[in-house]
Amino acid sequence: MPDLRRTPLYEEHMALGARLVDFAGWEMPVQYAGIKAEHQAVRNHAGLFDVSHMGEAVFRGPDAEAAIQRLVTRDVSRLAEGQAGYAAVCYEDGGTVDDVLVYRRPEDFLIVVNASNREKDLEHFRANTKDLEVEVSDESDDWALLALQGPEVAGMLQSFTDMDLSPIKYYRFVEGEVDGAAATFSRTGYTGEDGFEIFLRPDCAPRVWRRLVEAGATPVGLGARDTLRLEAGMCLYGNELDEETTPLEAGISFAVHLTKEPEFIGRGALLREDLEGLRKKLVGFELEGRGIARHGHTVTEGAEIVGQVTSGTHSPTLNRAIGLALVEPGVRDRFSVVIRDRPVPARTVPLPFYKREKK
Amino acid sequence: MSLPEDLQYAKSHEWIRTEEDTVTIGITDHAQDELGDVVFVELPEEGDTFDAGDSFGTVESVKAVSDLYTPVGGEVAEVNAALNDSPEKINEDPYGDGWIVKLRISGEGPSNDSLLSAADYEKFLEEEG
Repeated sequence: MPDLRRTPLYEEHMALGARLVDFAGWEMPVQYAGIKAEHQAVRNHAGLFDVSHMGEAVFRGPDAEAAIQRLVTRDVSRLAEGQAGYAAVCYEDGGTVDDVLVYRRPEDFLIVVNASNREKDLEHFRANTKDLEVEVSDESDDWALLALQGPEVAGMLQSFTDMDLSPIKYYRFVEGEVDGAAATFSRTGYTGEDGFEIFLRPDCAPRVWRRLVEAGATPVGLGARDTLRLEAGMCLYGNELDEETTPLEAGISFAVHLTKEPEFIGRGALLREDLEGLRKKLVGFELEGRGIARHGHTVTEGAEIVGQVTSGTHSPTLNRAIGLALVEPGVRDRFSVVIRDRPVPARTVPLPFYKREKK
Repeated sequence: MSLPEDLQYAKSHEWIRTEEDTVTIGITDHAQDELGDVVFVELPEEGDTFDAGDSFGTVESVKAVSDLYTPVGGEVAEVNAALNDSPEKINEDPYGDGWIVKLRISGEGPSNDSLLSAADYEKFLEEEG
């Protein structure tokens, strides 16, 4: 695979016999032992992901907060130091540039962006904050990012650090050390399980990765990352979210603070849509007939096309065919998904498909 | 990679076993490994007829969908209905319990032009890289 970028953990993936694919220009592991086994390891024990391909943009300067308030849909003035928030970045017309995590650090802000949108986002961030005193740096290559996810990870990670990890609540982060390497521990993830995302310097990442694997964490590829996030009802940019779809339509209005001041780019369009009603809406569904719905399949009511499947898979946890679809707002709770010219009955179900039991 | 000597192989990664006027068709060990965990198989109905080269069904893994092609024309005599509930048999035993259909051969039957021996299929896999 020529010209693909590699993360600092490439050699580890090769040594583990991973199957590598081109993902957004990166040579990434799609699976190691198998998607189902990796999926179950995260649901029941501990899984370890290399997500170093994700981008990191740092906002520094007196207007850093003002810049981010303008760029994202969440009111970041409400974030405490050491707190992270999920947000969308919108165009003026309300279409989505990206979905991101904003980290409020003591001196600056960190925004973690999708690998596929890194260049586009940085350009958008800079182009729209030229009048402000803020420096936007692309620090994506300065960080490796591991995601350690599953019910057993807190105990596992604790054995590699002197710091007490138990006070770190969901969507909070702290600076610390893991196995002697400087790290940021963020209690976040993309699986629906408890877990941490760990920012590390690239040269330390392979050692920490090996230690966690030796401690029993199962390496997990992008294949299971997708089935896990889909069961958890989380959006994937390019599927549920894109330039043609607003965050309200994609069902992430919890990350949109429509009344925040000063206003963010796209607020006018979103307010209008909120007032006039959604043009389309995201629904979760299960297939009642045989088959598996996939991204791009048509949703029909009778002879009429009423939407499109944005993501679909076989759910390893539920052992059913599940999916997300963007449909016309009036669509009822039963419709069909057209799979290879055959309409298969489906019914909507509440999201998320899978919710972990809180201890 | 297992490649039984008594089977013939198609470049589309099916295997066939010929017994008198019947062929049993499945997918190769290589194909199941490439697909990953099989979670769904769409089978034809008994009595359906296919020409050589037709698609007679699909096999889906968590990530991918793959069409199934018959290298031989014929009528479906039997389908492996156990795959409806246990599609993972294709991963576990691709040449045994993971068989997919049996066709009653019509027309010319298996042709050595389109089918490969185990050794030739192995060579083909290496070339395909």
